[in-house]
Amino acid sequence: MSDAPLLEARGVMKRFGHVEALSGVDFQAHAGQVTALIGDNGAGKSTFVKIMSGAMRADSGEILVEGRPVQFGSPQDAHAAGIETVYQDLSVAPDLAPPANVFMGRELLRAGWLGRLGFLDKPAMRKQSEDAFHRLQVTLKDIDAPIASLSGGQRQSVTICRSVLFAKRILFMDEPTAALGVVQTRRTLDLIRRIRDLGIAVVLISHNMRDVLEVADLVEVLRLGRRVARLRGPDATLQDLVGAMTGGVAP
Amino acid sequence: MTQDAMAADPVVAVAPPGQPPPPLLRRLWGTPAIYMGLVLLVLVGFFALMRPDTFPTPFNFRNILLDASTLLVVSVGMTYVMIAGGYDLSVGSVLVFAGISGALAMDAVGGNGVGVVVLGVVVALLGGLAWGLFNGFCIAYLRVPPLITTLGSMGAALGIADLMTGGNDVRSVPDGVIAVGSSAILGIPTIVVVAGVVTLVGGIWLHMTRFGRYTFIVGSNAEAGRRAGIDVSRHTMILYGLSGMLAGLAGMLSLARFATTTIEGHSMEPLQSITAVVLGGTSLFGGVGTVAGTVVGVFLPAVLQNGFVIMDVEPFWQAVVIGFVVIAAVYVDQLARRRRDRT
Repeated sequence: MSDAPLLEARGVMKRFGHVEALSGVDFQAHAGQVTALIGDNGAGKSTFVKIMSGAMRADSGEILVEGRPVQFGSPQDAHAAGIETVYQDLSVAPDLAPPANVFMGRELLRAGWLGRLGFLDKPAMRKQSEDAFHRLQVTLKDIDAPIASLSGGQRQSVTICRSVLFAKRILFMDEPTAALGVVQTRRTLDLIRRIRDLGIAVVLISHNMRDVLEVADLVEVLRLGRRVARLRGPDATLQDLVGAMTGGVAP
Repeated sequence: MTQDAMAADPVVAVAPPGQPPPPLLRRLWGTPAIYMGLVLLVLVGFFALMRPDTFPTPFNFRNILLDASTLLVVSVGMTYVMIAGGYDLSVGSVLVFAGISGALAMDAVGGNGVGVVVLGVVVALLGGLAWGLFNGFCIAYLRVPPLITTLGSMGAALGIADLMTGGNDVRSVPDGVIAVGSSAILGIPTIVVVAGVVTLVGGIWLHMTRFGRYTFIVGSNAEAGRRAGIDVSRHTMILYGLSGMLAGLAGMLSLARFATTTIEGHSMEPLQSITAVVLGGTSLFGGVGTVAGTVVGVFLPAVLQNGFVIMDVEPFWQAVVIGFVVIAAVYVDQLARRRRDRT
């Protein structure tokens, strides 16, 4: 693990009318670490994630990947830089099977003239999805059934596997456990650890302090559009986190 | 709570990678396309048994196919639009508009050559495409709901068609077109061959290409598609364009068959087409459907109508039966969805 951050944000600002959602956020995420981003409602977490994943533009500030400044005009730009995002509300097509969801928008085409006509390489997509599920130890009832017939946790696993398959460097996860039960949350946290062990920088945005304390190597705390604290995950306590989030305790 | 969660998410053995995908027949098994197809086969068998001299004859099958051809072409386009979560009420009027445009263009140029026929086809296709793209633009970019957009263009396209001809049908159809309408390829009427090719290409395109895949994604969760970088608006607009263009082709087929435009004859086309698509198992909510199912959905009412006529049953019964069957079909679809989504 090198000391240079894989992903860095410097002084990111964003205004909506005269509301300042982000007033100069600094942020670092390192390869092979889980960095948790926490904050109360309205602290600017969602806005920050949207900017880092290319879904929104910052008014000012810098984003650097491996020390090089980047500009994200669209999610595709972020994808090209190796950044993937797992959204809070599941971004799946419920009527389609897991492989179709994994490759949504990035479908593999057949070789040759059939491919130029737009013919899909379904066996390759199925195989690669299957391998990704296997690698992350995700078990699915039926890889050919529509996603809607899977449980909430399995559906979440599919979206996470999709992102991992394409995340070359950085994976943002916006409240990945918000809609899950106890067992499914446990599985998702295990999954996060396995992704981290692949050397990917995982950024976990969560309301759930127990989840954060369990998996985070570093915790960055946002309050009122600013980063107010950086804590080392293993040393932090619930009181530290809540104090930093609410401003009750000086960090 | 924990117990429920565990029960709902049992630890299941994962199939080892490399498991082959199930064969086509097993994937289709239990889908509406299959059981409606069986119903269709039973119907054909029933009528064949009851009237062995008149129903199962090449002449009668040829009639059924000819009658169903234009509806089939329109319904292939409707299948795409409905899988994407929309529908197109304008297809009947666009069909008439395209037929009249084609007929007037051929009339203006005159003659009977191949060139004139090709011109008529091109004008009809472009006329249909223009209406379709207009629909698609209003729906995808101006966010006018499909019901209102296509209801509006249903009225407008027919109105413009009437204005172009003073409300009278165009009867001066070139002999070349009529010759195509009465010709046959290997004993199969050319009109039926055209409809068959459109259906086959439409089915392959829908189920095997990226364009088809995007159609399912748009209907299943457009927002997810947008996040995945799919230009959902553009795709939606193209789908309505496709529906309009196929309605234009159907207008030309109708012209070739009847040797006249049939202004008043297509007001039921959109509803018949939606009925066929729904009978074939395409979901009203989008995201699910097959062209094979639509073929079955087109022929169920056609065979029923034909069989009733041959058996001297009042053919009005066809409308009654199909009306209730389509309601039942949607009920079954809802039920299946609820069962599937219960997790």
